[in-house]
Amino acid sequence: MKLWLIPALPLIGSFILIVAGSRLSKRMVAIVGSGSVGLSALITLFTGYKFISTSATSFHYQAWQWMDVAGFSPAVSFHLDALSLVFIFVITFVGFLIHVYSTEFMADDDGYARFFAYLNLFVCSMLTLVLADNFALLYLGWEGVGLCSYLLIGFWYTEEKNGYAARKAFIVTRVGDTALAIGLFMLFQNFHTLNIQQIAAQAPQQWAVGSETAMVISLLLLGGAVGKSAQLPLQTWLPDAMAGPSPVSALIHAATMVTAGVYLIARTHAIFELAPDALMIVGIIGAATLVLAGFTALTQFDLKRVLAYSTISQIGYMFLALGVSAWSAAIFHFMIHAFFKALLFLAAGAVIMALHHEHDMYKMGGLKKKLPIIYWTFLIGASSLAALPLVTGGFYSKDQILWLSLAGEHGNIWFFLFALLGAFITSIYTFRMLFLTFFGNEKTHVGHIPGNGITIPLLILAGLSTIGGFIELPHSFGHFTVFSNFLNPVLPSVSVQEGFESIEWMIQLIAAGVALSGVYVAYIFYIVKPGLSEELKTSAADLHKFWFNGWGFDSLYDKLFVKPFVFISDINKKDIVDLFYDGLVWISNFFNRIFSYTQSGILRWYIMGIVIGGILLLTLGLIKN
Amino acid sequence: MNEIQVTSGLLLAAALFMLGLIGVLIRRNIIFMLVCVEIMLNSAGLAFIVAGSKWTQPDGQVMFIFILTMAAAEVSVGLALILQIHHQLKTLDGDAANSMRG
Amino acid sequence: MILVAFIAVLMIGGVIAWITSQWNSILSRWISLIALIVNFVLAIFIWIQKPTIESSNWIVQFSAQWIPSLGVSFSLALDGLSLLMVLLTFFLGIFAVLISWNEIQERVGFFHFNLLWVLAGITGVFITMDLFLFYFFWEVMLIPMYFLIGIWGHENRRYAAYKFFIFTQASGLLMLLSILGLYFIHGRVTGTFTFDYFQLLNTEMPADVARWLMLGFLAAFIVKLPVVPFHTWLPDAHSQASTAGSLILAGLLLKTGAYGLIRFVLPLFPTAAAELAPWAMLFGVIGILYGASLAFAQTDLKRLVAYTSVSHMGFVIFGVFAFNELAMQGVVMQMITHGISTGALFVLAGTIYERIHTREITSMGGFWNKAPFMGTIGLIFVLASLGLPGLGNFVAEFLTLLGAWQANQVLTIFATIGVVAATAYSLRIMQKVFLGNFSSDKIVPDLSLREKIIMVPLVIAIVWLGLFPQSVMNTVKQMISAQFNTEQIISNDTENENGSK
Repeated sequence: MKLWLIPALPLIGSFILIVAGSRLSKRMVAIVGSGSVGLSALITLFTGYKFISTSATSFHYQAWQWMDVAGFSPAVSFHLDALSLVFIFVITFVGFLIHVYSTEFMADDDGYARFFAYLNLFVCSMLTLVLADNFALLYLGWEGVGLCSYLLIGFWYTEEKNGYAARKAFIVTRVGDTALAIGLFMLFQNFHTLNIQQIAAQAPQQWAVGSETAMVISLLLLGGAVGKSAQLPLQTWLPDAMAGPSPVSALIHAATMVTAGVYLIARTHAIFELAPDALMIVGIIGAATLVLAGFTALTQFDLKRVLAYSTISQIGYMFLALGVSAWSAAIFHFMIHAFFKALLFLAAGAVIMALHHEHDMYKMGGLKKKLPIIYWTFLIGASSLAALPLVTGGFYSKDQILWLSLAGEHGNIWFFLFALLGAFITSIYTFRMLFLTFFGNEKTHVGHIPGNGITIPLLILAGLSTIGGFIELPHSFGHFTVFSNFLNPVLPSVSVQEGFESIEWMIQLIAAGVALSGVYVAYIFYIVKPGLSEELKTSAADLHKFWFNGWGFDSLYDKLFVKPFVFISDINKKDIVDLFYDGLVWISNFFNRIFSYTQSGILRWYIMGIVIGGILLLTLGLIKN
Repeated sequence: MNEIQVTSGLLLAAALFMLGLIGVLIRRNIIFMLVCVEIMLNSAGLAFIVAGSKWTQPDGQVMFIFILTMAAAEVSVGLALILQIHHQLKTLDGDAANSMRG
Repeated sequence: MILVAFIAVLMIGGVIAWITSQWNSILSRWISLIALIVNFVLAIFIWIQKPTIESSNWIVQFSAQWIPSLGVSFSLALDGLSLLMVLLTFFLGIFAVLISWNEIQERVGFFHFNLLWVLAGITGVFITMDLFLFYFFWEVMLIPMYFLIGIWGHENRRYAAYKFFIFTQASGLLMLLSILGLYFIHGRVTGTFTFDYFQLLNTEMPADVARWLMLGFLAAFIVKLPVVPFHTWLPDAHSQASTAGSLILAGLLLKTGAYGLIRFVLPLFPTAAAELAPWAMLFGVIGILYGASLAFAQTDLKRLVAYTSVSHMGFVIFGVFAFNELAMQGVVMQMITHGISTGALFVLAGTIYERIHTREITSMGGFWNKAPFMGTIGLIFVLASLGLPGLGNFVAEFLTLLGAWQANQVLTIFATIGVVAATAYSLRIMQKVFLGNFSSDKIVPDLSLREKIIMVPLVIAIVWLGLFPQSVMNTVKQMISAQFNTEQIISNDTENENGSK
């Protein structure tokens, strides 16, 4: 069983690059960096094959006992089941493609070795996160990915604002992690173990559905998930995280790390199912986030920020799916999203590199002819994101969520309407982005034509995001459910409410119609009548500004938390407690000064003192008698 | 011979003591201060003598001899100090020797 | 005998180092280094050879008469906790000598004399089992430390040294009062007047007397630890001391306070301590948050790190008074990992000071570019300080919080929030020192070989503690579980036997 090799190989790669990176040639760095992840992808493939062919439900490997104190005994041990297999597949394969892409993308950077070291470390942490068999090890991976995210957002560290964005990402996600940690304390208190499988098995026995403890724990876990997955109310860090290099945005802030929250909730679905109210909140957060982020994406001009908000929005879909107990639908959308969003980010990175680090979409345009491969792959990714019917992977995954948000056992019409609205906005901003970037006139000179290192990963991802959708087809055509069947041992399937089966095709028709009309709206606004959007912007300037700033969350948190904290620590820089001790010192000095007046050094004063003292004593003695 | 009143003897001693004390307090010249201290000592001695004769006890005279010896010792030490002060500070002003000021 | 050797080697080594410095200052450095290495190897030897734990959890014991008429004996003993602390002492001591190699050029002999005597005092505190002797060593470590700060410190060293001395001395005197009180009460009850720790355990006394006596002990330990609001000596002492001084202060001296709590306050006054627990935990949390907020505001690098110590030591008192095995294991881990990680940060601050002659982080920035090795090391210890899993501090904090959760949930939530604040101040160090644009007009060469020799073992230690903490935990397991539950020892014993198979 080579399970441990999957996370260990990238770790070794990272270690080599950290220790000897400065002495290796760029070629060697690329080989070590990409090779380690590539090997781990191969082993994943091999393990996956073995897993499926033996039709095992899980593989287990314990590396060593991490701690063992008073019944708290987490081990460094890995647990592979269908859910983690999907995740490690995405992580290693998409990760490998992004590594290959980076070998060209980062070729001129001074921190080449450092970049691959961090990236490898990230892959290792992410794999640990999804393979962990207990929450303590999961937490290790969880924080590890947070660290790598910090390091990679601030990769170009000479810019002050990159460092700021990196710290923001780390600290905001750590707020969520605090909730997660407290959730773990509660879990341990209730189960005396942090082993995920044991907890999942014991939870239904220990708690009734709707139990208060289950509710609190679910909400705390949700807190962690919300932080990592950039959902309301902790979504503010992700747009700023775009300060990192594009491959980082693709790998960490689109494909893998930000979906860790989805993984966590799916992994602990046994607990969430015992707390229907918490599940409802998950759904509400997802629905609200996907719409909010969608509107914000509409107003951005920075190509990568549009993608960032779109990521937030798409993860909102996954949360919505989790909220209606459509577990495998969420994971399916995660996988497809990983393909097409990584593709979009990488393509965007290629565009930005070609245009000398120009991020503003309004300064791009006409790239269709200059960068044909990028254009076509971007188009495929964008179609998938907009869920254009039938031919794209995104259609199948998103359609399933739309359908279950209405028809699933926990679904309701509001979730459906929000999801539909989100789908409409998604296709508008996606094609707005496409039209602005690739159509129209060329506004910036194309400097760098991407080579094979960039185009091949793009092509592969484009292929994956198209055919990936066909492994799970809805009832109305084909009813081909390889993916959900595969996940079924881990994630129970969702039952559909009575009377909805017959209208599934209608829902699909509506979804398709909404997606296409979104494209049409974008077409009108940005190709047919380019002035229209400007008019709209000026007529609703306040709303535009509000949306543009992400619904004012940043400034709200700034006023609510950051400013007071900085204020308090600044005014207290000198440590107010010290004043007390300074006061003590002052008091003793004061008395010292007072009494030292008596020591005038003049003999006659002393004699006077003796005389007065004598007289006083005598009088006192006389009075007493 | 007229018996001298105890009261007048004690009054004289008190007057001498006050003179000495005032001298010590108001004179700045150390030699004068030393002389005044001597006056005070002698006034105390006088008081002892008067008291001794009143009670017809020898103790008063014994004490006086004690005071004399003590005064002699004191004068010798005092003069030595005065010489030192004069040597160090080039003055006999007692107030100038205030380097022990707190 | 080996315990006497620990102390004797250091004390004699110190004297020889002082004497030889008249002829050759390098020689006194080497003598100090060798003395510490000898001790370290001896301690490692005990650790490896540690006999399988039988009925007694004392690994080595030594006892001799000292002042029999007063019931004072020269009694030393080593259990798991002491062993770990002693190991840490010698481990960090080696680096304290190494880091001073270039930094200290004046009165080299006297410096090393003081250094070794501080370490001897600390070692004594960790292994002595006689309260009179304990107080003696408590003072032995105080006075050389006063010189270390006052003579070889930075610009404001006098003030810092006085402050350190007065705080610790005043609180130490309160402890002396309590020791004497305990001595007489025990003597009156049992008829034997003795300072022996084992005999003084389970002394029967009225509850309010126990409370007062405990407060006396507590005073010394919480000032040393330090607990807010008795912490203000620490930022001054840490920032003004030389690098070796800061390393020893942060790495070892603070731990004597924590050690005292575990060794004396809890076993001697169990009921009184239990009464006090909620308050102590509250002060721990206040310390965590208050230290963090102050650390965030500082611009003097060493002062900043000093306040992070205040914050981290909050976890110690927080965990000690949670009264369970998990939290106590966390506290022991915290003592060790904090010693290593904060010590390393002080060493780093020292190496930066040697290069640019300032501790102001506003005049630093962008050092990664010039000194990537230093940057990587800095990153690792900054991450340790914010409690990243995989490094030792995480194990410590996680266990402490996990244990404390069983004791007091509201306070634990606040303590956990402290971890977010730790992220804020730790990343600020990283940003201001290593990231950003290189702005200094000084040349910043990367770490020299000597500095690498210091840093690499520290990195290895902190990673090892993060990934394989069990070997350390096993060492103290016996001692901790004995403190909480006598029945548990038996089950743990069988577990250990199973584990060893």
